[in-house]
Amino acid sequence: MISVIYILWLREVKKYFRSPGMMIGTLGSPIMYLGVLGFGLGPIFQRAGEGSYLQFMAPGIIGMTILFTSTFSGMALLWDRQFGFLKETLVAPVPRLVIMIGRTLGGATVALCQGMLIFGVSLIAGFRPAGVLVVPTAILLMALVALVFSAMGTIIGSSLKEMQGFQLIMNFLVMPIFFLSGALYPLKNLPAPLAVLTRLDPLTYGVDGLRSVLIGVSHFGVVIDVITLIGIAVLLLAVGAWRFSKIEV
Amino acid sequence: MGGDLEWVMTESPPAIRVEHLVKKFGDVTAVDDVSFEVRRGEIFAFLGPNGAGKTTTIRMLTTLLRPTSGSLTLEGLDPVTQRDEVRRRIGVVFQDPSLDQDLTAWENMEIHGVLYGVPRTERRERTEKLLALFELADRRTSLVKTFSGGMRRRLEIARGLLHTPKVLFLDEPTLGLDPQSRNQMWSHVQQLNASDGVTVFLTTHYMDEADRVAGRIAVIDHGRIVAIGSPAELKGRTGTESLEAAFLALTGTAIRDETAGATDRMREAGRMWGRR
Repeated sequence: MISVIYILWLREVKKYFRSPGMMIGTLGSPIMYLGVLGFGLGPIFQRAGEGSYLQFMAPGIIGMTILFTSTFSGMALLWDRQFGFLKETLVAPVPRLVIMIGRTLGGATVALCQGMLIFGVSLIAGFRPAGVLVVPTAILLMALVALVFSAMGTIIGSSLKEMQGFQLIMNFLVMPIFFLSGALYPLKNLPAPLAVLTRLDPLTYGVDGLRSVLIGVSHFGVVIDVITLIGIAVLLLAVGAWRFSKIEV
Repeated sequence: MGGDLEWVMTESPPAIRVEHLVKKFGDVTAVDDVSFEVRRGEIFAFLGPNGAGKTTTIRMLTTLLRPTSGSLTLEGLDPVTQRDEVRRRIGVVFQDPSLDQDLTAWENMEIHGVLYGVPRTERRERTEKLLALFELADRRTSLVKTFSGGMRRRLEIARGLLHTPKVLFLDEPTLGLDPQSRNQMWSHVQQLNASDGVTVFLTTHYMDEADRVAGRIAVIDHGRIVAIGSPAELKGRTGTESLEAAFLALTGTAIRDETAGATDRMREAGRMWGRR
């Protein structure tokens, strides 16, 4: 079983490292957010007495990168369905759960790598975390966020039958998750409806946790963030496993 | 002599035994009271027009679909209740390609071997052997997306054989291949059938292929078996010269249209997106 999980994990990771084009391509939008918003809104943010905007938003952009990459790699299920490889794995004498775990861990790993890449980019842009020692903890948090959204991607990928639903998911799920997460703005003094929505968003806890670890600014406190993320991860993985078991080939 | 043969036949179950098999999708009966047997070591062809029930039958035999009623056994095992046991004993080459094109030939084999629990040494040895047999050894480290249609098919068959299955299912394996590749592919399959004694269950639209490779043929139409026998018997029964003429005599000349399923439409979208 472990060898099956490993080989399916390895497949995702290999494919990622083999396509530097995709690796760099998906860094485009986070870099734009960092560069344009970071420096463009920076002066206003500073004038409002909130300090450096780049410092504030870099953890949010790392979270966004992980959100996008892991959701997409979960949805790569759709490609595998279309190009047949999914069938190859689903007719093997292996429990589906094992296959789902291998794929999801692979997707999460890819997203984590992508998150670390954008972390590196933000360092170049001038982002300064509280110290070197916080980095390992930050990576653990990133991994947790990657797991949450890879599981979400698996749920979507198992539930959709065609690529047509992709835009729908992008505009009505992934983008709202990003915008509601507080990646771009502080969570305090929000209008009540927005405050409620941000609290329902899993990424909110990921970004808040990262902010807490990296720059020492937190809304909920890192402990609550981590507990919430673990809870959501378990829930989504369970739903993902269930949806995956229902795929018909 | 005859007694001995009978003893052997009762002792070991046939490779495939299907009795009164029925599959309904809602109101549509895709497979309607089908019965047949495939002997061990035989090359058995399933012929029929589009939508006749060929793929539905294969999907039931390969554990992907549950029958509505009737019984089927594979090497004496039940695909419904002994699913993983059956899966270990069969190799399946689907109508649609199922390789990972972003991986190499070797990696595709490796994943398959791990999925089927083939131990590492055996896995490597058999991969070497099969890639050599299917003339892919020198391209083992190339990505599958650089392969021609014929090479992909060969790789899929090689992969399907990696875990030494007892029965190999080939669902229209030569669809879209040029005559050279088709010819070469069947030579390999026949060679394997002769050397390893693997039972082959195939479907095809090309009558000449069935005529050439199959020991026995079942013709299925509208979900029912309309004839079963050796190519010579089928020709004899219909009084025709070629298997193609026999097939048309048995199934009529009306053209069958299949409705495009979700997968077909998605493949279309995939082409538009520039992926293969």
